[in-house]
Amino acid sequence: MDIDKKITDDLVANDISFVTTVPCKQLAGVIEEIDNRDDIFHIPSNKEDEGMGLCAGAWMGGKRPAIIMQNTAIGVTINTLATLIQYYRMPLPMLISYRGELREPVACQVEMAVHTKALLAQLNIPTYHFHHQKDVEELDMILKYTFMCNKPVAILTDANFWGGYGDQ
Amino acid sequence: MIRSEILKEIAPILRDQLVACNIGIPSQELHAIDDQPTNFYMLGTMGLASSIGLGLALAQDKTVISIDGDGSVLTNLCTLPTIANNVADNYILMIIDNGSYGSTGDQPTYTGKKTSLAGMARAAGCENVVEVMDVDTGPALEKAIAERKMTVMVVKCDSGNAKMPVITMDPVVIKDRFMKAVSA
Repeated sequence: MDIDKKITDDLVANDISFVTTVPCKQLAGVIEEIDNRDDIFHIPSNKEDEGMGLCAGAWMGGKRPAIIMQNTAIGVTINTLATLIQYYRMPLPMLISYRGELREPVACQVEMAVHTKALLAQLNIPTYHFHHQKDVEELDMILKYTFMCNKPVAILTDANFWGGYGDQ
Repeated sequence: MIRSEILKEIAPILRDQLVACNIGIPSQELHAIDDQPTNFYMLGTMGLASSIGLGLALAQDKTVISIDGDGSVLTNLCTLPTIANNVADNYILMIIDNGSYGSTGDQPTYTGKKTSLAGMARAAGCENVVEVMDVDTGPALEKAIAERKMTVMVVKCDSGNAKMPVITMDPVVIKDRFMKAVSA
């Protein structure tokens, strides 16, 4: 299965046409796939809270948005999630590279990994964890759920899901 | 002129446009001067007025004006290259630059010292950057709207706030009526 294509197909099938990204090595393939699709406007962000602002604007302008980022971004975006996305009740699928989990080679990544689920739980953000490739089968349902309930929803995708990190 | 005097003067121009207004006293002033369903008031999230406005402009065709401040742009400086590289000709970023953090007690920002936001916007790649003095804001804004060309306006004015009530409207109501105005 081509995970990058499957994820992008699910975004398109759910009418998501505005995607902002802050890169991660694990996400390189899906970002490239999104960039190549004519039916998605891809706008790279310099910082994840900026990206959430872009997504809020796009949503109010009539487009379904999504953000793709690393889990370190949870540390950057807590205020934006609470006072913009949640306070104004906006839907936002967050496809998140879950660094610092099993098969992670960089020790420092673990320092935010250990906080990631706790922070998402503290924010009452529905959270899904993709660990095996077959977990991606739920993405379509998760996207539908996100736009049903108008909430930010986190999809954590770890190194095992992506087939390992680099040469590890 | 202080910001509230500028907003009073340009309210008739803003009334027909989609406006994403900066957190704090700027939104309180705009709300008190001329509340409109076409105004999106930020109640939190300092720094993102320009990003929200850009996302909105890229998603639909109506003109969008982000009313931002020097302090808020400084806190989200990475917005400038994103704006420069994703040109939306229906987008105007109007930075009311009074050289101070108005909502928190008028502490000075660096734009009152050595830093030029217009220079930073140009260096980021924004092609249509105009610096105007407070008294010239109205004509400059009308020109930017008429030109239909993405514009970054830096409006230099005095620091100071008008005493206005806080916005008590529910955020979901602000969003809902704004989205209806966008799609109307």
